[in-house]
Order: sequence, then structure tokens, then C-alpha cells
Amino acid sequence: MNAPAKLPMFDAAAARADFEILSREVYGKPLVYLDSAASAQKPRQVLDAMRDFATSEYANVHRGVHYLSATATERYEAARESVRRFLNAAHADEIVFTKGGTEAINLVSYSFLAPRIQPGDEIVLSVMEHHSNIVPWHFLRERQGAVLRWVDVRDDGSLDIEALDDAIGAKTKLVAITHMSNVLGTVTPLKEIVARAHAKGVPVLADGCQGAVHGRVDVRDLDIDFYAITGHKLYGPTGIGALYAKRAHLKAMRPFNGGGEMIREVTRDVVTYADPPARFEAGTPPIIESVGLAAALDYLSSMDRTAIAAHEHDLLSYAREQLRELNWVRVIGDAPGKGAILSFEADGMHAHDLATILDREGVAVRAGHHCAQVLMERFNVASTTRASFALYNTREDVDVFVAALHKARGILG
Amino acid sequence: MLMDDSLRELYQEVILDHSRHPRHFGALADATHVGEGFNPLCGDRVKIYLILGADNRIADIKFEGKGCAISQASASLMTDMIVGRTVEEVEKLMGGFLNLVKGEDVQGLSPDDRERLEVMGGVSAFPMRVKCATLAWHTMKSALEGGTAAKTE
Repeated sequence: MNAPAKLPMFDAAAARADFEILSREVYGKPLVYLDSAASAQKPRQVLDAMRDFATSEYANVHRGVHYLSATATERYEAARESVRRFLNAAHADEIVFTKGGTEAINLVSYSFLAPRIQPGDEIVLSVMEHHSNIVPWHFLRERQGAVLRWVDVRDDGSLDIEALDDAIGAKTKLVAITHMSNVLGTVTPLKEIVARAHAKGVPVLADGCQGAVHGRVDVRDLDIDFYAITGHKLYGPTGIGALYAKRAHLKAMRPFNGGGEMIREVTRDVVTYADPPARFEAGTPPIIESVGLAAALDYLSSMDRTAIAAHEHDLLSYAREQLRELNWVRVIGDAPGKGAILSFEADGMHAHDLATILDREGVAVRAGHHCAQVLMERFNVASTTRASFALYNTREDVDVFVAALHKARGILG
Repeated sequence: MLMDDSLRELYQEVILDHSRHPRHFGALADATHVGEGFNPLCGDRVKIYLILGADNRIADIKFEGKGCAISQASASLMTDMIVGRTVEEVEKLMGGFLNLVKGEDVQGLSPDDRERLEVMGGVSAFPMRVKCATLAWHTMKSALEGGTAAKTE
């Protein structure tokens, strides 16, 4: 619209061509997909890699002596190496494949923290956590008497690092915090958080399901203890995610699921367990999905990620500026340096009514509590509408979105 | 355009008027039956208070709630329509309403009832929103049955 056009640093139009679904229509309107924070679309490179693997190299892993079992095992372990590289972990055996970010966090809760919790021990977390980084800790509260210590955010959605520091005390056993809020877009100062927690001898888990998508992650530089990611938000398939954990932590952790592949020896009387990461990967893992995830990470790494981040930030600012002009819209979350997520309320329009009308304009947004009811309560809202931007979105998408908002206002307002 | 028509049908003036100016909104201190409904997916909430008379008729009804236009309008319309009716009549009306919002054949309603309920008929073109329209009715029914919490998911 009127904002000065910047020279395109990142060629989103070229990237769009990789995502076939983006050229479809819904209700006779071109699809404008602004729900990538819920799940990102998949480029053909990912779909092709999965198909090629399944049609030429697939078998179960780590089991057979036959040719295909060997090729599949190689690809599966190569995917682990891709995740290691993506997160800059020191060792591939510090990467445990899970079915997603949720399982990665539950694994830490069950295998690492639960055996260390005495009644009254504390877990520090922020009010902007996704339910997947809340409920596993509630389990420890319910079952073992752990105490959840909540760290508030400021009105602009930013984290108060001093408040977090104050919450970490002698009884704190873990800090569990998001790298990037799925509602506010707030990016937390993870390196500083880890430094403060480690100064008091407390390990830190980060929910990186959003954070890993929008910026480069270096777990060694962060010195973080646990970092959870999920494949489907990283332009990869569903059904796979990963937990990064420091080697020493993994070695000290008890098994999670029991079954095949996680054992060394099973007799009638005893069982001994495999070393990490196999110890935490019971049963047949998501093999085809691991190949898809590796392709997604390669896809991202093949591009200039700084340019992608700048592009997404341009979309965010462009959308933010336009919403600023609408006095009937209230944006929730304006933290400096936030990621490309825009949550808002509109006067006289419930998020679900608004999202229904946007949908009929071809615009896919999320409406609801975004699995963050604690945060909704903090901002005293029942639900919000959320537009999230990915590498394949354009300023034209934002224009359609804003026009659709006006249309909704015309119908409901 | 077709899509605009279905949106206009969904958000027609009667619906918006009910949601902006709900009838029977508030609490009833002397309620004989109370029910609470919650849709965990979208956060819609409704609480129904009603007084069931000795004649098995709903002597009075009120609701409190928070949610989308569809859920609030549906609650308002429902309270408007069932006050003064017997439990059996209410159940029949509810059956017809559920058929209507799911786009199924509606039978056994008087022409007048049918016409009044018809304003909610636009919901049938929006399957994701049907639960918004039915929340108040399920909550009312659970209140009559003893007040266990109703849920639509």
C-alpha cells in the first residue's frame, strides 16, 4: 500500500513456487495462508525427499541385516546429523527423535525431572508458555508436589529478566521457558536466561517450536540444557520432532517409553537399556518423517536465514503499521525484536466470527486461546485472532488480510 | 456473490441484534436448575439459570455467557423461545433446532417456531461453527437433567 517498498532481500515469490498448496483457492479466492505458527506448509523438496526415500530406500531401521535396512538406517542417522548441524549441537547422540515438541518436553519431565522432584521443589516458567510447556510440569505438581513459579510478562509482552531471576531460588529444579511465544511473538533472551539460571545451578529447558523457525539456534552458544523442536512448523512433516539435551543429562536420564530398540538386553528377570539416544526411542521411529525433516532443514539452510528473518520482520511491521491505523483493533504483544506473529482483538467482533469471515475471503488465521490459557488470563481476553507470517508470505497477503478485516467490520461491526 | 450470501445469512441482522442485545441476560437467584456449558476449543461459555414450575413449565430462564456472536445469539433466542413451555415441548423444539443447524430435515415444529428458529439456519453452511450454536441448548438440557456441565467440542 503506501509504505515505502524496500528492495527485496529475500525472494519470497521464488520460494512460494516451492509450495504447491499456496496456489490453490478456497471458496473461490486465492489462499492467503497466515497460520504457519500452527503448522507450516511443506515445500516440494520435503515431499519429494519423503517420496523418493519411500520408493527406493525404505525399510525398518537398526534391525535387519539386509540392504534396505542398512540404507534406511543410514538415512535415519543422517537426519539426526542434520538436526545436530541445524542446532549446532556438539554430538549427534545429543539429539533424540520424538513425535513432536510436546513429546520432547514430556520426555524431559518424565525422564529427567520427575526423579529429582521432592515435594516443595519449584519449576520456574513464564505465563506465555504453550500448554505443552505447562501441562507436563503440572503433572509433577499433581503427582509429586512440585510448585510452579510463574514469571509474568510486561504489558508489551516482553519478559522481565529480573523477575525471572528473582523467581529462581534454592528450591528451583528447572527453568522451562519458550524461545518465542506462539501468541505474542516475544523472543526471550535465552542466553541471558541460561546464564542467570546456571549461576544458581539450575538447568534450563527451552520450547523452541517457534523460535527455531524464525532464527538461527546455536545450543552450544546458548549453553542450554534442553531444547525442543517440532518438524511441522519447520516446513517439515508432522509426526516428528526432536529434543536436544546435553550428553551428560541424557546419560543420567531414565527411559521414557519401553519397547524395542531402546534395550541392550532383556531376560525374564532383568532388562538393561541402550545408550542415548536409542534409550529414548522405543519402537519403530518416524523413519520417513526423519528424512522429510532433514530435507526441511536442508531447505531452510540452503537459504539466507538472516534474509528470511528480515523478510518476515518486514511483513510483521507492514501489517502492524496498518493495524495501528484501525482504532477498533488492539494488538496484544509489541515486545521489541518480536517474531512474525500478530495477535489481536477487534471491537465488537469475537475472534471466531472474525476468523469465519476471513476464511471466506481465503485468509487462514487462527482464532482462540492458542493453547495458552494462562496468557489469555494475563491479558484478560477469552480469545484472540492470530496472523502469523512465514517465508512464503508477501505484502500482498497482508493487503488481502487487512481488506478482509474491513469487510468483517462491515458485516459484524 | 455466493460466499457473501452465506455470510450474510449467518450474520443476519436478527442474529447480530440478539448477540448485541441479548434477551434474558443475567442470573436468577431463585433458580431451581442451573447448568454451565463450556466449549474448550474456542472458550465460549454459557450459564443457564431456570425455574421449573410445579406444572412442569419453565417459569423463568436467564443466561450469562461470553463468546462469539453465534453462541450468544443462540442462547438469547433460545431463552426467548422456551420460557413458558413444558419440558416435553422444549425437548421437541431442541430436536428441531439441532436438525436445522446441521442442515438435516426438520420435522414436528409449528410453522411459527420453525420461522423463529430459521434465523439460525445459516450455521448449517459452516460446519465448524455448529457447536457454537448448540452450546446453549445442550447446557439448558443438562440443567434440566440435574446440572452437570455441558460441553460441545
